Amino acid sequence: MSRPPARDEDAALVAGAGRFVDDLDPLPGTLVAAVVRSPHPHARVRSADLRAARAHPGVAAVIGPEEVRAAVRPFPLSTTTPMPYLPSATSTARYVGEPVAVVVAIDRYVAEDAAELVEVDYEPLEVVVDTRRALEPGAPLLHPDAGTNVATDRTFSFGDVDGAFAAADHVVRGEYTFPRYSSVPMECYGVVAHWTDGAEGPAVEAWANFHGPFTMVPVVAGALGVPVSRFRLHVPADIGGSFGIKSGIYPYVALMALASRHAGRPVRWTEDRVEHLLASSSGAGRVMAFEAAVAADGTVGALRVDLVDDVGAYLRPPEPSTLYRCFGNITGAYDVPAVAIRARAAVTNRAPTGLNRGFGGQQLYFGLERLMDAVAARTGLDVAEVRRRNLVRAFPHRTPTGGLYDSGDYARALDLLLAEGGYDELRARQEAARAEGAYYGVGLALVVDPSGTNIGYVGLATPAEQRTPGRDKSGSTEVVRASVDLSGVVTVLLGSVPQGQGHATVARRVAAQRLGLPVEQVRVVVDMDTASTPWTVTSGSYSSRFAPLVTSAVIAAVDRLAETVRAGASVLLEVDPDGLELRDGMVRDPHSGRECRFRHAAGVVHWDPGSLPPGAPARLATEGEFVPPEAVAATAEDRINSSLCYGFVAEMVGVRIDPDTLVVTLDRVATVHDAGTVLDPVLLEGQVLGALVHGLGGAAYEEFRYSPAGQPVSATFLDYLCPTSAETAFELVSDHVSSPSPLTPLGAKGAGEGSSMSLPVAYANAVADALAPAGVAIDALPLHGEVVHHLLTGEL
Amino acid sequence: MKAAPFAYHRPASVDEAVDVLAAGDAKVLAGGQSLVPVLAMRLGRPGTLVDITRLPGLDALSVSGGELRLGAAVRQRRVERSAEVADVPLIGRAMPFVGHRELRSRGTVCGSLAHADPAAELPAVAACLGATVEVTGPSGTREVAARDLVTGAMTTVVGADELITAVRFPVARAGDGFGFAEIARRHGDFALAGVAVHVVRGGAATLAAFGVSDRPVVRDVTVGHDPTEAGLRPVTDALAREVVDTAGDAHASRGYRARLLGVLAARELVRAHREAHA
Repeated sequence: MSRPPARDEDAALVAGAGRFVDDLDPLPGTLVAAVVRSPHPHARVRSADLRAARAHPGVAAVIGPEEVRAAVRPFPLSTTTPMPYLPSATSTARYVGEPVAVVVAIDRYVAEDAAELVEVDYEPLEVVVDTRRALEPGAPLLHPDAGTNVATDRTFSFGDVDGAFAAADHVVRGEYTFPRYSSVPMECYGVVAHWTDGAEGPAVEAWANFHGPFTMVPVVAGALGVPVSRFRLHVPADIGGSFGIKSGIYPYVALMALASRHAGRPVRWTEDRVEHLLASSSGAGRVMAFEAAVAADGTVGALRVDLVDDVGAYLRPPEPSTLYRCFGNITGAYDVPAVAIRARAAVTNRAPTGLNRGFGGQQLYFGLERLMDAVAARTGLDVAEVRRRNLVRAFPHRTPTGGLYDSGDYARALDLLLAEGGYDELRARQEAARAEGAYYGVGLALVVDPSGTNIGYVGLATPAEQRTPGRDKSGSTEVVRASVDLSGVVTVLLGSVPQGQGHATVARRVAAQRLGLPVEQVRVVVDMDTASTPWTVTSGSYSSRFAPLVTSAVIAAVDRLAETVRAGASVLLEVDPDGLELRDGMVRDPHSGRECRFRHAAGVVHWDPGSLPPGAPARLATEGEFVPPEAVAATAEDRINSSLCYGFVAEMVGVRIDPDTLVVTLDRVATVHDAGTVLDPVLLEGQVLGALVHGLGGAAYEEFRYSPAGQPVSATFLDYLCPTSAETAFELVSDHVSSPSPLTPLGAKGAGEGSSMSLPVAYANAVADALAPAGVAIDALPLHGEVVHHLLTGEL
Repeated sequence: MKAAPFAYHRPASVDEAVDVLAAGDAKVLAGGQSLVPVLAMRLGRPGTLVDITRLPGLDALSVSGGELRLGAAVRQRRVERSAEVADVPLIGRAMPFVGHRELRSRGTVCGSLAHADPAAELPAVAACLGATVEVTGPSGTREVAARDLVTGAMTTVVGADELITAVRFPVARAGDGFGFAEIARRHGDFALAGVAVHVVRGGAATLAAFGVSDRPVVRDVTVGHDPTEAGLRPVTDALAREVVDTAGDAHASRGYRARLLGVLAARELVRAHREAHA
């Protein structure tokens, strides 16, 4: 893929010609909804008086707890814990911002006017916002039927953990807290939903900027009591970013479908920024303990890992996946033969969580990579050296939890990082700073970057003995449709629901190169319509699926087209189709040197199929699928290869802390990525930069905070601080190594998330290193001047 | 995020604007960079908005009688890019910190004074320099010293039936030195703490602190003949502990704000002193 840069998508986007959900008006006469939300973090809903709102001029319908209770079933969950989750509060509101009613009106102004007339009688209940407190006996219960706030609690042990700890020269332990933050996409949630009743029963047609996982399609259909075959979902070709956050839109699809049923008209709901920051989604918060059995030489023989995720008020699917997405790579970049894990998810009176770029990785590596610094401190080794001694060195590598690291060269990536990133130079800066009484720190993070999720990991939330035989889950399947028209132009239909990544650009080049065509002879149509686009439960744009999986399915599809074209060419060239080469827009017989145009060969199949030899392939439109055999269900011992591919990131951060103001400034970020074969260097660089700045948000700026009483205190952009271009003036050194995956046809791995997993902990390690002379512990994020002031002085 | 219903007036004269204001339940709309979000979130719901941005004369920017006079419709970005801003260097130093460029292209200087956010830069600059605010109401125009304008967080002496029509800043003279600095979580955010400083050669030093109390806090400071940052810190740190009385939040505790103010005040006093004596 040497042919580079400009993205095919950009011309339309920069000209304002994008087609986002709010630009579409698929059903004329669509009404507009506003959502009434709970101002209480925890309250019984005694009653809701909707009469005044219904009587307001311009209002078509108002639905509240009664309507939802009567018509919607709780969404199917990943565990059997009785914590039913509905798209809005029916008897109890459990977080500030939880939907309680929906007003449908002629426009949003009228809908918001009427929303103020909805009278809900709340009886406030005791609140729990702190994760550790939620676990304590006697803590207020969000779901009394469950008898606990623990939605899932599983323990796992692989290898001789106790033996390794008994034999260890050092046992190093750390407790860490990871905050909840988002990705704050520029475009908020948007839904158009239309409920119709027909002879065969109800049907729902919806448009939403939902990007998967499409496991949520049966979840929504199930909640509405509509068969999947009569729940038709369209996803617009353009989505204004998500980074995982928009996977949380599906409850609103259900809610708006019900609102449409009551209004008798299609309903549009466009989330505003206040709603988005209050109640859309975020990454899960986590409290965790990590413990390492360490030999005198610094090698880690075993790990004990205790994870407790704060998933908010409900175990909203696909949670508790934050716990399991990185299960196969829980030992990170290190060759650790034994690991014991306890994985819990606790409900609290906060908004539900979900996917957020890096999904589970930033939480995991915050613990693991802070721990590696603690191992270095205990053994007296340099932080780079202790990591080097523990690196996985041979590939493929089977991890104790079942992961199969497909390829890599971690030691080389680390060496490259230290050399190009100027490790020694930054250490010299540190020495100079300390000599002047100033603070300078260097932080490292090495992370394994999983891509191409195997949804089999979802099964781990259920104990092996309770998993139904014959109902295993596994897979990463992608399906792509491709066709060739009578002028030889190839069309690739992508149902990959991109959110701005440039899928069309890359898919076009992959298809063109595979077929030996100029890119001008290939077009890509991005369109997801569950009634006509091929899809599976694993479809969607999440967990860095495009590069490893979708491009592989593109190749499978166009290879089938190539067979058809060879058959057509065999008629024109009067040779056997096998062995015909596709190159430069031609189909060529290497033996005779005779050739014909690709489009003429395709034309034979269109115009004169009668000339084809009997049994010759004549598929002018075909599908190709990629079903990696390595993505299998969890074993009875709970081992799982939780992703198909495993990339690598080695990152280094230098920070300077003003000794007077204690303002923390990023001095340099150096990052080395291994995403296998690089499909497009410019797009990859964009992903690296975006993930870095996203990680910087979590490291230094962004946090969804709640008061002890459960009120969100970062619900506007005044308090929820995303880094802007002004915060990205740090020096950046970026490079790559390439260890092609043996498991994908192109050798490509995902690359959309790497630094969002590594930057937060690299930053924390740097701040900790800077402040090491002051003897303060860094065990949480975000880190900024105020936090440093508090750590150094104890003063508030 | 849709405003509650309101009436919109675009008066033809200041007198007409005052009449509409005097009828009650009305707010002045100038740049709208603070008011419009308040309306959209329904945190405020005035019955009437009085749009003064096209009132004749209110867009005047002029220097005369040793003062820079800015009408109520003069946008921040226009001031920032004007030749006249060189006459009041402290405004030029502060302006890049006022929100972002996009906000300044709409926001007005007088609007910032009327809004009176405790962390805003321009009220502190006005207070530091001893600016004069022109306030017009049913009984005509009165002058208010900028230091007396703000009475608390988001509150001023401007009556419900009055509007700020202009502000006048004294132009700098030979021997004046200035300093301005603030610390915010990100560029463009409201300051956690900030200072505007004015030093007169051989004379007084005036400091206005913002982001640390419910209004700009003005203090006269003695800096001596050859001040150093380290030498001033005992003075500025003590001053900071005295004036910082805002409650802490997630971005900065009271103690951290006091630390920042002490550091910034010392740095900027030294800078301004050097400038005054250059």
